[in-house]
Amino acid sequence: MKKIEETLKKLFSNQYRQRTVSYLIVVLAYVIIETAIRTGNISNTIKSLLIPTCSYIVAALALNLLVGYLGDLCLGQAGFMAVGAFFGVVAAAFFAKYISSNVLVLILAIVVGGVLSGACGALIGIPVLKLQGDYLAIVTLAFCQIIKTLLLNLYVGIDSRGLHFSFITDNTNMDPDGVLVIKGAIGANVTKKLSSFTAGVLLILFALFVIYNLINSRHGRAIQACRDNRIAASSVGIPVNKYKLLAFVVSAILTGMAGTLYGLGFSSLKASKFDFNLSILILVYVVLGGLGNMTGTIVSTTLLLVIPEALRAFNDYRMIIYSIVLIAVMLISNNATIMFYLKRCKEYCRKLFPKRRTE
Amino acid sequence: MSEYVLETKNLGIDFGGLTAVNNFSIRVEKGDIYGLIGPNGAGKTTVFNMLTKVYEPSRGTILVNGTDIGKMSTIEVSRIGIARTFQNIRLFSELNVEDNVKIGFHNSISYSLADSLLRTGKFHSEEKDLHEKALELLGIFKLEEFADHKAGSLPYGAQRRLEIARALATNPCLLLLDEPAAGMNPVETQELMDTIKQIRDRFGISILLIEHDMKLVMGVCEKITVLNFGQVLMNGTPEEVQNDPEVIKAYLGD
Ligand SMILES: Nc1ncnc2c1ncn2[C@@H]1O[C@H](COP(=O)(O)OP(=O)(O)O)[C@@H](O)[C@H]1O
Ligand SMILES: [Mg+2]
Repeated sequence: MKKIEETLKKLFSNQYRQRTVSYLIVVLAYVIIETAIRTGNISNTIKSLLIPTCSYIVAALALNLLVGYLGDLCLGQAGFMAVGAFFGVVAAAFFAKYISSNVLVLILAIVVGGVLSGACGALIGIPVLKLQGDYLAIVTLAFCQIIKTLLLNLYVGIDSRGLHFSFITDNTNMDPDGVLVIKGAIGANVTKKLSSFTAGVLLILFALFVIYNLINSRHGRAIQACRDNRIAASSVGIPVNKYKLLAFVVSAILTGMAGTLYGLGFSSLKASKFDFNLSILILVYVVLGGLGNMTGTIVSTTLLLVIPEALRAFNDYRMIIYSIVLIAVMLISNNATIMFYLKRCKEYCRKLFPKRRTE
Repeated sequence: MSEYVLETKNLGIDFGGLTAVNNFSIRVEKGDIYGLIGPNGAGKTTVFNMLTKVYEPSRGTILVNGTDIGKMSTIEVSRIGIARTFQNIRLFSELNVEDNVKIGFHNSISYSLADSLLRTGKFHSEEKDLHEKALELLGIFKLEEFADHKAGSLPYGAQRRLEIARALATNPCLLLLDEPAAGMNPVETQELMDTIKQIRDRFGISILLIEHDMKLVMGVCEKITVLNFGQVLMNGTPEEVQNDPEVIKAYLGD
């Protein structure tokens, strides 16, 4: 009994509270939604939104690592997601030939999507992160466009001899038993929808685990030091470029994984889906959720994906109302007076429940 | 092994056509508390920026314990034992006070990225040691009570002390302090003087400091170099400097 109390106290101590709340919210949401699904109390629209929502949440968490903790703006989330989605689909089709377990194929595909996206991150990050200023935003924006164009012209097929790649026109020259997985502008053909809501939630938990463990370590402190003061960080012996690259690559890996989850949740996939608008959308989730605030990111992403669906009843006015809600949230969360009263409320609650104040 | 912790020979730097510092030569011995003074714009901060390789010197050599640091980067200079504070305070202002000091200890801990992600035993034991070391260092500067405050929210004097604590965490042999008493009240300045002597004795390091507060300079420094228009005006003891007509002229004008 005492041990349980001690563990609880530790989980809600200043050091761990943020983390605990994030995990709790995700698990709670999972239990509620899963129950609703089992009992048939959920509409088909919401059901079809579950996997994309999980995927966007992971991409937004990864972006928050960059914007919130590294202090660099990245406009290429859609590009990294696209890499993860398309190559994850290819990997899944490839592994499915040799492995019968769906779960294992999904895991392997996610790993492949993450690694390839991480490699793209390293490729961009090594030259660009040395520069100061907004170059990262500009270059990642360009990367997003380039990836989209490349994928629109890519053909990938699988036959008994293995993978075949060709570019611009379909020159894959496969055996008769071959199938085209990626068909240029037509997009990718997903043979088996391997992603599930459970897999999505597990990926969110994995992303939270990686991000929280990273930022609460000497590596994460170094990353934040680079954000707060580059010159001071190098004056205490922190290799600034190395840590910027680390954060950037970790973020790219997680985003690629989110992309694979997304890709394997639909029966077909188009490169045009992964455009600049998607990058901006994910950035909006992060900004609204609060920089460096992972729980906030999860909540804002979910709300902003669900609200437009809920507003379908208003049809023509849907996007107008959506924009008004966005602007209102921006104004409220940046308003000093309102924040002051929120803080007062918080302090008042603390006084009411003094027990929660450990140490 | 050289007998000098720091030795510079004819150090100089040009910004475009402007020569900011020229022929700057000093020798700092082990355990010295050494003052670098001069009117505003004389080039004192520029000297610190050259020593820490924030600026690349145009001419001259810098030896640290006999090693030429000519080809080193800011990070390597930190690793061989030069630590500094900044005239315009540069803390990691969004992080708390304890984390600021922990970042100073960055290179003295060795657990890897995998240890961080998997929270291994090595991670926990090193972090625990680190926590204790950080609190001990904060104690010297009377900052323990602020350990979980945001660094940017501290009063000015406390921010200056935190910068010194963070610099000391890198385990330096030479500490460079750029106007450590700027913005402090007389009581704080007096305390700072005691602290400076105390850390010299406790850590066995040398200290090179820039300061305008003559009471502090004359009270703690054993040797002084006066800089004027980027040139060394004189080297000497506090008494010699105070009574030198050239120095008085430089400060008061013609
Ligand atoms: N990055 C720079 N570019 C051009 N001039 C500089 C630069 N840094 C310093 N200076 C010039 O060098 C001179 C010395 O400045 P500084 O070292 O800051 O003086 P102080 O002795 O007051 O610390 C000043 O004239 C300043 O304008
Ligand atoms: Mg100066």
